Amino acid sequence: MLEDVSFTVPERESLCVIGPNGGGKSTLMKLLLGLLEPTAGAISILGMSAVKARRDIGYVPQAIRFDPLFPISALDIVLMGRLDRLKLGVFSGKCKRAAEAALDEVGLADIAHRPFSDLSGGQRQRVLIARALACEPKLLLLDEPTANIDLSVEEALLDSLELLREKMTILLVTHDLDLVSRIGDSVLCVNHRIHRHNLPLSGETIREIYSGARRVEHDRRTRHIQGDHSACEHE
Amino acid sequence: MSEFIEAVQTIPLIRYALLAGIVSSLIFGVVGSFVVTRRIGYIAAAIAHGMLGGIGAAIFFGRKFDIAWLTPTVGAVVSSLIFAGIIGWVSLRAREREDTIIGAIWAFGMAAGILFIQYAPGKNVNLESFLLGNILLTSKSDVIATVVLGVIVLTLVGLFYHKLVAVCFDEEFAGLRGVSSQMYFLLLLAITALSMVLLVRVAGIVLSLALLVLPAATASRFFRRLWLIILVSIVLSLFYNTGGLIASFQLDTLTGPFIVIIASVVYGLTFLVKRKGA
Repeated sequence: MLEDVSFTVPERESLCVIGPNGGGKSTLMKLLLGLLEPTAGAISILGMSAVKARRDIGYVPQAIRFDPLFPISALDIVLMGRLDRLKLGVFSGKCKRAAEAALDEVGLADIAHRPFSDLSGGQRQRVLIARALACEPKLLLLDEPTANIDLSVEEALLDSLELLREKMTILLVTHDLDLVSRIGDSVLCVNHRIHRHNLPLSGETIREIYSGARRVEHDRRTRHIQGDHSACEHE
Repeated sequence: MSEFIEAVQTIPLIRYALLAGIVSSLIFGVVGSFVVTRRIGYIAAAIAHGMLGGIGAAIFFGRKFDIAWLTPTVGAVVSSLIFAGIIGWVSLRAREREDTIIGAIWAFGMAAGILFIQYAPGKNVNLESFLLGNILLTSKSDVIATVVLGVIVLTLVGLFYHKLVAVCFDEEFAGLRGVSSQMYFLLLLAITALSMVLLVRVAGIVLSLALLVLPAATASRFFRRLWLIILVSIVLSLFYNTGGLIASFQLDTLTGPFIVIIASVVYGLTFLVKRKGA
């Protein structure tokens, strides 16, 4: 699936991972989460193996399949970020404060006690980001955070992410070029092999880099690069 | 009613039944809420029906080889845990449909139980009391067994509440935070199995599922937090169990069917009110 992959991310840098579907982005994510083992080579995150580093990694999935009747509040979900710090089955006051601070960080302090299923798609996504932040991570992994939400609510999400990039290392899988230009310090193009573009990228620059892809479209769905990216081989 | 209060004071059997009913209500409220939320009602029903196999085997072998400790309750506990394990394993690992294995265990347990009971040496076994339950037949040792099972179930849920909720809501994330979704799903099934053993005594194999599921289902029509659903289910279970016992005493009849009809009607009536947040 992936071969000859080698890259490092300096502390507090934001790396955006882009590439065609089936190019290995999800595989890369699973490797970083320790859900897959590399067949050759090694992964070191914060000086540890991927599995050991999980404690310091906040993970935001693309979307979760959930039961809309499940009786749970936003705050309950954010507290799940601290499941590994339960003491005798109870969340400490510190855990609760961390969860509330995380919700505040994504601008949702006022809906902490609302049922999760009552929230909009954008709010749910931000709750999932808060859940990842609740473990006070050093590295934040996000899998297509803007894939399932409306443009109108995307702005709030982007604002939250821009604030976060100052505080921690971020690795973000996305098809969204606006997101890349606003959040990324550098871009990793994954198409079975990888290509690093170490530039302070603006949206324009990315489009230039991707001129070889010839498939950049320009409306909301289109701010997403789709199809075969020859750009990933582009030097 | 005053007759009942007098009976509680004077007749130990009624006291045992009342005590067992109260402890059971706590368990049904807690476990029923998880069963409804995680949508594993049919697994619970299969475990309850399969249990007849364990009950029958315990009676058969207990009598045949004169093993005093091999009581129907022991058979029920062992078989319900085994069936919970099989269903859990199939649903997590094996490439078989969950509903198929649920149906197979449901029927297999009933068939084995009927055969064992039919060929058990000694006096005839009253199959009806297992199928329909009879809370008035609660003995002192039953109360002790109920309290012991109750303490085990409530301690497990208390210790692992947040992990169980997390696994029920989002297995993948719980796994990444070090909570094994497989282990906790199996734990939930084991807790459910132990609760079904208690329920079968109150309402019998046939009606037990209703008593587990209806209070939590009623509560979840109005409340959107799991702990609130649990609290309200406990109160409803207490009401149904105690009310059933009083009716049982006054009318001198099996009350499982009465309780289930009342619980079903209450649940049905909730549909006249708009679901909260719907």
